Amino acid sequence: MALTKLKGNLERILDKNLADLVRGIRNNKENEVKYIAQCIEEIKAELKQENIAVKANAVAKLSYLQMIGYDISWAGFNIIEVMSSNKFTFKRIGYLAASQSFHQDTEVLMLTTNMIRKDLSSQSQYDAGVTLSGLACFINQDLARDLANDLMTLLSSTKPYIRKKAVLLMYKVFLSFPDALRPAFPRLKEKLEDPDPGVQSAAVNVICELARKNPKNYLSLAPIFFKLMTSSTNNWMLIKIIKLFGALTPLEPRLGKKLIEPLTNLIHSTSAMSLLYECINTVIAVLISISTGMPSHSASIQLCVQKLRILIEDSDQNLKYLGLLAMSKILKTHPKSVQAHKDLILLCLDDKDESIRLRALDLLYGMVSKKNLMEIVKKLMVHMDRAEGTQYRDELLSKIIEICSQDNYHFITSFEWYISVLVDLSRMEGLRQGHVVASQLMDVTIRVPAIRPFSVEQMALLLETSSGFAVRGITGQVAFSSMCEVLYAAAWICGEFASHLKEPEAVLECVLKSKVTVLPGHIQAVFIHNLMKLYAHILRKASTAEEKERARQTLCVLQERLTPFMQSADLEVQERASTAVHVLRVISKLQDVGEADAVNELMQLFQGELNPVAPKAQRKVPLPDGLDLDAWINEPEPESNDEPKADKGSLDIFYKTSTSVSDFRDGYQGESVYEETEHMQSEDVRQSAARQQVRREALRVEQANNPHYLKASSQARQSPSASSQLLSPASEEIPVMSINLSVPLQVSTSKKLSDKYLELERNKEASSDSKKHRSKRDKKKKKKKDSSDEEETIQIVAPQVISTMELPEGARLSDSEDDGRPQTDPHRALNIDLDTPSYPKEKPVVCASLEQAVSTPSTKIKKSKSKNGIEGSKEEKARRKKTKQEKEEKVAPSKGVNLNDDLDFWLSASNGNESKEKKVATKAEMTVEETATSDPKKPAKNKKDKKEKKEKKSKKEKREKKDTQDRDEQNNHLSENMITPVTTAWKPLVDDKRLVMKYRVVAVPHDQHQVLVPVMLHNRSSKTIHSMNFNVVDSANARLCRGQHEQDGVELPHQLASQSRVEIPFAFAVMDSTMVHQLRGVLTYMTQGENGSVSEKLDFKLQIPCSVFLTSDPMSNDQFAELLASQELPGKAKILCEGIALTQALDRASRELNMRLVEMDSSGTSASLYSHHLSDHHLCILMKSQADGRLSIYGKSSNPSLASSVIEEMRQMFA
Amino acid sequence: MIKAILVFNNHGKPRLSKFYQYFNEDMQQQIVRETFQLVSKRDDNVCNFLEGGSLIGGSDYKLIYRHYATLYFVFCVDSSESELGILDLIQVFVETLDRCFENVCELDLIFHVDKVHYILNELVMGGMVLETNMSEILSRIEDQNKLEKSEAGLISLKNVNLPNLPNIPQQIKDIKLPDLPQAIKDLKF
Repeated sequence: MALTKLKGNLERILDKNLADLVRGIRNNKENEVKYIAQCIEEIKAELKQENIAVKANAVAKLSYLQMIGYDISWAGFNIIEVMSSNKFTFKRIGYLAASQSFHQDTEVLMLTTNMIRKDLSSQSQYDAGVTLSGLACFINQDLARDLANDLMTLLSSTKPYIRKKAVLLMYKVFLSFPDALRPAFPRLKEKLEDPDPGVQSAAVNVICELARKNPKNYLSLAPIFFKLMTSSTNNWMLIKIIKLFGALTPLEPRLGKKLIEPLTNLIHSTSAMSLLYECINTVIAVLISISTGMPSHSASIQLCVQKLRILIEDSDQNLKYLGLLAMSKILKTHPKSVQAHKDLILLCLDDKDESIRLRALDLLYGMVSKKNLMEIVKKLMVHMDRAEGTQYRDELLSKIIEICSQDNYHFITSFEWYISVLVDLSRMEGLRQGHVVASQLMDVTIRVPAIRPFSVEQMALLLETSSGFAVRGITGQVAFSSMCEVLYAAAWICGEFASHLKEPEAVLECVLKSKVTVLPGHIQAVFIHNLMKLYAHILRKASTAEEKERARQTLCVLQERLTPFMQSADLEVQERASTAVHVLRVISKLQDVGEADAVNELMQLFQGELNPVAPKAQRKVPLPDGLDLDAWINEPEPESNDEPKADKGSLDIFYKTSTSVSDFRDGYQGESVYEETEHMQSEDVRQSAARQQVRREALRVEQANNPHYLKASSQARQSPSASSQLLSPASEEIPVMSINLSVPLQVSTSKKLSDKYLELERNKEASSDSKKHRSKRDKKKKKKKDSSDEEETIQIVAPQVISTMELPEGARLSDSEDDGRPQTDPHRALNIDLDTPSYPKEKPVVCASLEQAVSTPSTKIKKSKSKNGIEGSKEEKARRKKTKQEKEEKVAPSKGVNLNDDLDFWLSASNGNESKEKKVATKAEMTVEETATSDPKKPAKNKKDKKEKKEKKSKKEKREKKDTQDRDEQNNHLSENMITPVTTAWKPLVDDKRLVMKYRVVAVPHDQHQVLVPVMLHNRSSKTIHSMNFNVVDSANARLCRGQHEQDGVELPHQLASQSRVEIPFAFAVMDSTMVHQLRGVLTYMTQGENGSVSEKLDFKLQIPCSVFLTSDPMSNDQFAELLASQELPGKAKILCEGIALTQALDRASRELNMRLVEMDSSGTSASLYSHHLSDHHLCILMKSQADGRLSIYGKSSNPSLASSVIEEMRQMFA
Repeated sequence: MIKAILVFNNHGKPRLSKFYQYFNEDMQQQIVRETFQLVSKRDDNVCNFLEGGSLIGGSDYKLIYRHYATLYFVFCVDSSESELGILDLIQVFVETLDRCFENVCELDLIFHVDKVHYILNELVMGGMVLETNMSEILSRIEDQNKLEKSEAGLISLKNVNLPNLPNIPQQIKDIKLPDLPQAIKDLKF
């Protein structure tokens, strides 16, 4: 034994350690690769040895090799061996290697679960600490699921070092295993108040990360964070908290108001720049969230802007950068405040630091006005000339276009100038954004009719000088720069608006130039298509015999010249060319016959105005009824093993496309690809394997013989040049060449085209004498005969811009979209409403055990004071008293706000004396809070009876009081006492083309005579809806609580802006809660019609089910049996349901009807449920799967109407 | 969240790389190269923030770096981190290294990259900031070193004395921490 140890040690001395390896690599610079290969061989040998120290040394070396780029995944098993050593030194080496090389999909991780579990529970805090650190780097779903319980235990470790690490690790656990979030959350929340500042900070960190992605679920924590913010001195934590508030304020404007003051104080008091900066950021977020008319906050804006100016003026470049970054946030809502600092921002454009210049550019778009736009753009263009690096140039280009096109070209006074700018941009070298310029050119020309003549003229010029876009490549081949995209726009504009062309023949000639074949395919295609438009125009214009003759000649030339394009490698070009040639052939035949109508025939092809299509139009196309894009068109064929591999590959392509068909919904090519897939696939499926083989063989032969089949070789590349060779000899004998241009169109190369407009603008400012500058301008633009017309358009206000865009019927641009998160974002799964109680049925077994691991009561936000008082009814009563007291405090707002109280109360405490309007808003939000309250109620069984008595008593008291209270107060009261929320889904109530109404019914705990019905109103029209009045025809047993005016309906003070929604809670008094109530009602409202205000009304039927009064009281098997055996249950009902499984039915009954599973027989074919009705009636349900697959449901109740009503409800639900 | 922490020298040689999101080894090298390209062409007197870097980037991410003598310390972070806070964290990291290695220099990082990792693990865990208090960090590292030493005694690990390292110009030995702007120094923990 001692000998082997000694031997091991001896060997180790001979082994290289990490330092030796590093030194060796440094000494072998010339043949590093060889040296490392040799080292890896040595390492492999070392790993084979028994001695763990040798292995650890080898693994340490591997970690280093990993850093310099060597894959060490092959040693995964050895790494685990080292990790499992019980020596801290080796363990640490192992975990380091694992954290560097393992990742979620590493297979050996499967082996580590038990080892990690052991390490986590190690006595040494550093063993556990190293494990936690390592686990944070490679945790995957399986590990997260299996270790969640162990980590939860560590959250309450006695060592702060472990607690801190465990808290942080929980975030990673949530990401991999979202189900752990709900049970772990209460623990995590406790850690916010941990005595150790490090643990506290870690908890803040984790919750901030969670809340950043799903802020609304964490709104209820605001009071705790507020307290931390005002009490903590840890700047790191403060920064995190303040950032968190920045994410929360958009959801809750009242929170923002509460924050302004402490944040402003911090801004004034702190000396730490990082904290100051984050405070400013959050104040900005607050101001954005409450930007609607709060004049009192202008001081805050001023403060922020001032502080930011100080930052920007600072010599520290970091502060300058951050200052600009924050400025851009203010710009969105308070552009005026930022504009005051224009000088400073323009100065930053010249900064030597590119990061800062980019930030300043971001701000520019808010700085422009009609007056200074030209100056600013000029400045940017100068920058562009000087700038190095295409990235910055491209950035400049897109900024120029952004600031010019913003607000529907609002700031552009002269579109001639803008077109010139775009043309100038297209002549710049080294830009990669040709398509952006092209789309701008097209957009402007289409949407500003007045500019078309000028634009067409410029585009004709561009086409003529198109060779300017050619760049000679290294190989001598002619290639085009990215800017050639502009030619696409140029050709299209010339073709579409050919009527504005002075010399269509000349343009035709330019488009037919030989170099065209070098252009990218899609541009060639557009060229060909627009040749046709041009020719149609020429033909129409031809009136005299001479002109007609020339048109005929042109036709011949066209036909001849287009033929080579028919052999283009690009399919689109090929197709366009052959269509064009054949159309021309028809035309020429018609003309030969002397058909005069040939012109009109051709013109008809290009009739109709083309309107811009709205950006989201394609996505808004409604899915036709009955089309399920996710469904298989044909069931996939089972894979047969005897198929050759190559074939399988090709099949895969089809299947893959068909499964991802849903993705195509967004894409333009969707339909065509879809059809193709369908076709191919059905074909494929029909073929048997043998026939496929035959077909493939045939295809191969066919391909070999087909001259048009390009085998993706150099042939494909040659073909364009081949066609250009075909073209060039022909071009020399073309008669059209002889056409003389009456007006020579020339480009002034010395000066930028756009500059003259700038000069013009400057002149205008310098002297008001317009005549003088007119003459000057005329001198400059001699060649333009009709320039005076244009000049006027320059001087008058900018021409009208068409802003309508085409959309499918019924769709609106502002329709809500998905949250943009990709499907793979783990945070999607973490969007869990932590405040609603969880149902044991929903959760996998693991989580149930998780919940047991938590010794504290389940989630609750409010009333933490009564933490241990929930079970005793005495405390319950005391608590109620207290709430009442608090409410009285609320009327007279005091500084001493109890932060532990309900969020809503907390928030409203600061603005208790605000206008009535605000109160209404508060009320609307309160319903949100209802769902946010949670379920701490798990009364002990033996106290049940006693408790119920108490409840009855308190109910009585409440009833007496209620009459004196108005509706507002009632609702307040109700939501304060809300303990058992029954989160039901929104049910549609009624809708018309303007308004959608949805509702749900929420029970009031312990009150069988009241329900709360939140109604959601959603205005889907484009007009504001106002003067809404909600009324219900009361029945004998149910009525709407209206407040003072007993007869009328309830006037709703809301104005419902377009696309907005509001949630309004109504209270209903229900006399008999054991039956279903149908209430007819009407909502009237006013809206803006085509001529004046229109009054509209909506009739609806509102249903209050009796199941809302059911509570899921616990019931033991024995008690249940006793109850059934007794004679207390006279009410009976029975139904048979089809198409629903027992488990499904159980799940829904427990979730939606608040029933509790009492017993399930061992075979799983029947189950008993129990529920307690607020009217003190029992309800027992027995569900039984029948042999024929149907489900029979028996109901028994102490109240006959209750049994039948609930059973009826279940029938509807399961139907 | 911190996505990656990279340390490389003025020639782009990696001295430490820690990725909190999985990239394969080739990708990691490419990221280091690209980051080096981006960072090295910037003057010392420009700001320490850098947007872009297509590999590690995305609009939500930023590179925040500091340059000390021969080494660049680069953190890639998303918008949930405070920019100035991270700059400070880098400072804490470097100061901790300085204490642990007694006047740290590039060679310390070259030959003891494992130790640097252990130190970093006390500051950042799984991409989240674990501790910023330097005395707390130092005491944790000290404890673990002691633990390691006691184990070394137990298994009679021979402490092989390193021979004197050849070819090390003395001036590298003194990495001097440049004076921080006042604004950042004020951030206390």
